[in-house]
Amino acid sequence: MIAALVFYLFAAVLLFSAAMVVSARNPVHSVLFLILAFFNAAGLFLLAGAEFLAMILVIVYVGAVAVLFLFVVMMLDINFTELRSGFQRYLPVGLTIGVVLLAELATVLGGWKIAPEASTLRFAPTAADLHNTAQLGNLIYTHYIFLFETASLVLLVAMIGAIVLTLRDRQGSRRQDIRVQTARSVRETLELVDVPAGVGVAKIGIRRPLVQEPVLAAPAHDHGHAHHGEH
Amino acid sequence: MLPVGITHYLVVGALLLVLGVFGIFLNRKNVIIMLMSIELILLAANINLVAFSALLHDLVGQVFVMFTLTVAAAEAAIGLAIVVIYFRNRGSVQVEDVNLMKG
Repeated sequence: MIAALVFYLFAAVLLFSAAMVVSARNPVHSVLFLILAFFNAAGLFLLAGAEFLAMILVIVYVGAVAVLFLFVVMMLDINFTELRSGFQRYLPVGLTIGVVLLAELATVLGGWKIAPEASTLRFAPTAADLHNTAQLGNLIYTHYIFLFETASLVLLVAMIGAIVLTLRDRQGSRRQDIRVQTARSVRETLELVDVPAGVGVAKIGIRRPLVQEPVLAAPAHDHGHAHHGEH
Repeated sequence: MLPVGITHYLVVGALLLVLGVFGIFLNRKNVIIMLMSIELILLAANINLVAFSALLHDLVGQVFVMFTLTVAAAEAAIGLAIVVIYFRNRGSVQVEDVNLMKG
């Protein structure tokens, strides 16, 4: 009874916050409602007995994905009022598609039933004497080890892809070039000059540096496209 | 194992999916909220998987949810990276402006 009430509470807050995610005026509020939605979905997972997944949902989604969204929303200087302008225009088509989809899903929900032999087809029946995390560990490190490693490969590709996409060389930034540094010899760095007594430094021409430092080029504006927000 | 009937979980999942699709159509100008809507859709799928896993006492559904979470996290990272470089080049995140490759 209490579990059912908690289920309805979690479900109601989840659906409310999901509605607020898609309709909030400020994208920062959207991200915060997304976090609330993930917390409540984690509650639903807990009620269904998937404790490990509930914790993973909180850690991965709230701790990583939602914070990533928050960073991007706050980092980009977006004119949010302009983004809202098409809201009324897209409302009817969105509502139409949503209602049609909901009707289809309602038809499916009204007519499905579990096949009687479904319980004989189970691949990994849950055991009563082990808790959820241990059972999942037994499963993913044995039967699903290759899928597990493929998932790690997906994450690696995503990480490298994100770095490659967003990495850029700034024009005019002075970066340490170790190859040039170690290839220097004493001859091009150091010069020994005999200075006669009583002669000015300017007169014998050893005032250094002889060559003027090249003036730093202004950061390049355009490589074909207009870079924005770079300066 | 389930506190309420499986249908309750399925209804929640269906409503969440509809809200996600609705959000994609409603926020046609803001790519970031579209990505969040995709996250909501994937969450709806995960809720269904977990509900059936609990109903049938089969753990494979929960294993699959783990892989879905992995793919969703990777998708969010790549999508946000694309949003960042797009904003750097064009100065906006409006989907309607994305016509560079139209020729």
